Amino acid sequence: MGRYILRRLISAVPVLLGITVIVFLIMAMIPGDPAAAILGSYATPDNVARLNRELGLEGPLWQRYLLWLWHLLHGDLGRSYALNRPVLDEVLERFSATLVLAGASFILCAVFGILAGVVSAARQYGFADKAITFVVLIGISVPAFFLGMMMILLFAVDLRWLPVSGMYAIYGGGDLMDLLRHLIMPATALAAVATGVIARLTRGAMLEVLRQDYIRTARAKGVHERRVIWGHALRAAMVSVIPVLGIQAGFVLSGAVYIETVFQWPGIGRMLVDAILKRDIVLVQGGVVFVAACYVLFNIAVDVAQSLLDPRIKT
Amino acid sequence: MRVFFALLFRNRLAGIGGVVLAIIVALVLLTPVLPLQNPDVTAMGDRFLRPLSPGHLLGTDALGRDLLSRLLWGTRLSLAVGFAAAVAAGLIGSAVGIIAGYAGGRIDNAIMRFVDMLMAFPYILLALAIVAALGPGLMNALIAVAAVNVPFFARNIRGITVGLASRDFIDAARLSGKGHVRIVLTELLPNVLPVIVIAMSTTIGWMILETAGLSFLGLGSQPPQADLGSMLGEARAAMISAPHTSVVPGVMIFLIVMSINLLGDGVRDALDPRLKSGALTRPMAATRVARRNVPEAQGSGLLQIDDLEAQFHVGRRVYRAVNGVSLSIAPGECVGLIGESGSGKSVTALSVMGLVASPPGVITGGAVRLADEDLIGAPYARLRALRGNKVAYVFQDPLSTLHPLYRVGDQLTEAITSHHRISAHEARERALKLLADVRIPNPAARLSAYPHELSGGMRQRIGIAMALANEPEVIIADEPTTALDVTVQAQVLALLDDLRRRKNVAIVFITHDFGIVGQLCDRVAVMYAGRIVEEGPTERVLSDPAHPYTRRLIACVPELGGGRRQLPAIPGLPPAVDQLPEGCAFAPRCDRATPDCAQGEIGLRGSLRKVRCIHPEAEVGA
Repeated sequence: MGRYILRRLISAVPVLLGITVIVFLIMAMIPGDPAAAILGSYATPDNVARLNRELGLEGPLWQRYLLWLWHLLHGDLGRSYALNRPVLDEVLERFSATLVLAGASFILCAVFGILAGVVSAARQYGFADKAITFVVLIGISVPAFFLGMMMILLFAVDLRWLPVSGMYAIYGGGDLMDLLRHLIMPATALAAVATGVIARLTRGAMLEVLRQDYIRTARAKGVHERRVIWGHALRAAMVSVIPVLGIQAGFVLSGAVYIETVFQWPGIGRMLVDAILKRDIVLVQGGVVFVAACYVLFNIAVDVAQSLLDPRIKT
Repeated sequence: MRVFFALLFRNRLAGIGGVVLAIIVALVLLTPVLPLQNPDVTAMGDRFLRPLSPGHLLGTDALGRDLLSRLLWGTRLSLAVGFAAAVAAGLIGSAVGIIAGYAGGRIDNAIMRFVDMLMAFPYILLALAIVAALGPGLMNALIAVAAVNVPFFARNIRGITVGLASRDFIDAARLSGKGHVRIVLTELLPNVLPVIVIAMSTTIGWMILETAGLSFLGLGSQPPQADLGSMLGEARAAMISAPHTSVVPGVMIFLIVMSINLLGDGVRDALDPRLKSGALTRPMAATRVARRNVPEAQGSGLLQIDDLEAQFHVGRRVYRAVNGVSLSIAPGECVGLIGESGSGKSVTALSVMGLVASPPGVITGGAVRLADEDLIGAPYARLRALRGNKVAYVFQDPLSTLHPLYRVGDQLTEAITSHHRISAHEARERALKLLADVRIPNPAARLSAYPHELSGGMRQRIGIAMALANEPEVIIADEPTTALDVTVQAQVLALLDDLRRRKNVAIVFITHDFGIVGQLCDRVAVMYAGRIVEEGPTERVLSDPAHPYTRRLIACVPELGGGRRQLPAIPGLPPAVDQLPEGCAFAPRCDRATPDCAQGEIGLRGSLRKVRCIHPEAEVGA
C-alpha cells in the first residue's frame, strides 16, 4: 500500500509541473506591462523598470518561468502588492477558511447523496423514490448562488434562525458553535448540486448492483434485507460512486467561489475574485497554483481510497 | 430518427422540459418586437416597484428600470452567450479530439497529456485564471467558459474517433488515395457529428449557468449591459429590502437549466433505452406472489411442490416460465431436474425460497411446502429465517455468485451469523471446519482470500460450504458444475454425493446433463416448456425413456468411446413461453406427433413413473 501511494505521488509530479506551466502561460498572456499596471498611470519609466526587475519580469519567457518555479519550490509565491503581504500567507489563511466550507459541504453531499441514492434504489418507483427524484431534479437545476440568496432570505431574514453571513460573529462568538451556526447555510447551499448528482449516480449504481448474482446469493443465505442493501449492494456500488465523489469534490471547490461571495465567507474563492478585480496578478497566480496542486493531491487520496475498497485493483 | 422522437415524447418529463424551453426561446426571439419598455431607461422615482405594479408587470429594479424588459433582454443575452460558448467549445474540442484520435501515436499522446492536465484543475480555477489574464467582461467570460470545456469535448470525441479510425471504411478511403484532410472531412466527420451535436446540446445548460456565475461575480457582463447573472449580482445588494429583483432573474436561470436538464435526460434515455431509469429494475427481497387458491398437498415429501406456476410479466407480455409443476422430495433423497435452458427448471428451484427476480417475476399459483408449511406467500421475515437455514442454494457460476469485495471467510461466517448468534471467534472456528468439510487445503489461509484469488473449483467449494453452513435439510443446486472444467466437475459431484450420504440432506440437482443425473440422482424429472414431461427412478428413465423428448435428449449425449455415432440434434426450437401452443408443447418437434397431440390438456399419467404423452415410447404402468 505504501508503495502504491508513493507511485501515485511520483506520477503526479508531471501533472503538477504541467499545472505550473499552464498557469504561468495564461498569466503571461496579460497584455501590457504588469509593473505599469501595479504602479498606476503616474509611474515613471525608472520605477517601472525597477519593479519589473524585482518581479522577475525581465528576460525571455522560459527564464521567467524557471525563476518563478524556483521560488515556488522554495515556498515563495511572491508578494501581493494590493495587500502588501506574502502571497503564501494570504493563500494559506484564505484556503483554510475554504477548506472548512468545502469540507463540510463535501461531507454533506457525500452522506446525503449516497443515502438518498440508496433509499431511492431500494424503494424504486415507491413514494420515497419519486420524492427523492423530484428533489434531486430541483437540486441539480438551481444555481448555488441563487439558492444561497433564497436561504438567506428565508432562514436569516424571515425566520432569524441563522446569521446572514460571515464566518464568525463580529462581537463575541468565535467558538465552534458560532462557526457551525455560520457554516450551516453556505455548506448546504454549496452541497445541493453535488448531492443531487451523487444521489442520481448512486441510485443507478445500486440498481445495477442489485441485479447481480451475488446479491441473490446473499439473499439465499438468509442475510437480512437491510444488510443486503446497506452492506452487500452499497459496498459494490461504492466502486463506481467513489470516482464521482472525487469529481464532485472539484465541483464543490469551484462552487465555493460563488458561495463565498454570497455569504461573505473569507475563503480563497472570494480572494481570487477580488484579486482579479484589483488586477493583483501575483496573488491570482499563486492562489490558482496552490489550489490546483491541493486538488491533484486530493484525487490521489481518492484513488487510494478506491484501491482500499476494491481488492481487485492492483496496488 | 422517428423512433428517437417517439421515444423522446413518450417521456413526459422531457416533454415538459421541451415545452418550457420552447416558450423561453420563443419569448427571447420575439423580445425585439414585443411592446416592452427600454430596459436601460432609469426612473429614480420608480425604484423597487413591486411586481404587478401598473405599467411594470414584474416591477422595477434599483434604478427604476422595468424588470420584465430587463429579464427578457438578459435571458436573450445569457442564452446567446451560453449557446456561443457551447458551440465554440464543441468545435475546438472536437477538432482537437479528431486530430488526436486520427493521428494516433505520439501526437495523440502529447495532446491527451495536455488535455489531462487541463482536467486536473477544478474547472473554475482555470476560468478565473483566464478572466484574470484577459480582464473582466462578457466576451472574456465566454472565452473562459468555452476554454474550460474544450478538454471535455476533446476527450469524448477522441475516444469515438479512435474507435472509428481503425475501422475498414477508413482504411478503404486511405487505400483509394484520399488525403488525410479529405478522409477526416468526408469519412470521419459525418460519423462523429451526431455525437458532437448531442454533447453540445447537453452542455448548453451548464455553459449558461457558468457564464451567469461569472457575471454574478462581476467578472462577466459589465453595466449597463446585463445578463441574468449580473442582474442577480446587482440585485444582491437590495436582496433584503427588494427580494423580487433577485427572485426574477434567479427563477429564470433555474427554469432554463431545469428544462435543459429534463430534455437532456430524455434525449439520453431515447438514444440508449438500456440506460433509461425505468428499464433497470432491481429485484425485490422476495418474489411477488399473486395466487388465487392454495392447492391440496399431493404428496408428503419433506419439500413438496404442488402445481407451481411462475410467470414473468414484462410490459403487457406474460412469459409462462413454470406451468403447474409438482415435485416431491423425501429427506436425504437426490432428485434431478433436467431440461434445456429456458425450460423453467431454475425458476422452479428459485421459487421455493422466493428468489425469482421480481419484477418481472410473479408466482401466480401453487404451493411449496417445507415440512407441511406453505412458503408461497409466507411473510418475508419467515422466508429469511428459512433461507440458508433449512433450504440452501448452490448456484452456477461461483465467480459471479460470490461477492467480489468481501473475503470468502466473511461471506462464509455471514451465512452462519445470519441465523445464529455466535461470537466472531466461534463463527471462524465453524467456517474453518466447513472449509475442511469441503476439502479445501490450508483453510486458515483461504479464509482471508478474495473470490478472484481462488480457482473456479475452489470457489464452488466455498459456495457449497456456504450452503452447508447451517446444516440445511434441503440443498438446491442450480447447475453447480456447469461453469467448471470436467475434472473439477467430477470432484465437486463426488463431494456433494458424499455430503448427502453423511449428513442425510436432500438435494434438488438442476442440470442439463444426463451424465451427472445418472451419477448422482435417485430420481429424475424432465422439464420442457415449463412443465414436467417425465418423472421416475433415474435408471429406469435413462434406460427406458417414455417421453419422446426424453429419448431424444438422452440420444444427444455423446458417449465416451462411442465412435462415429451421429449425434441427432432435436430439430426446431423450444416454444416461446409467451405463446405456448395448446396440447403438448413438444408436438411441433416430435416425430410421433399426431393431430390430437395439439389439442386439449395432456395430463401426467402414472404413479412411480410418470409421463405426459399420449403416444409414449414405453408404457409406464398405472
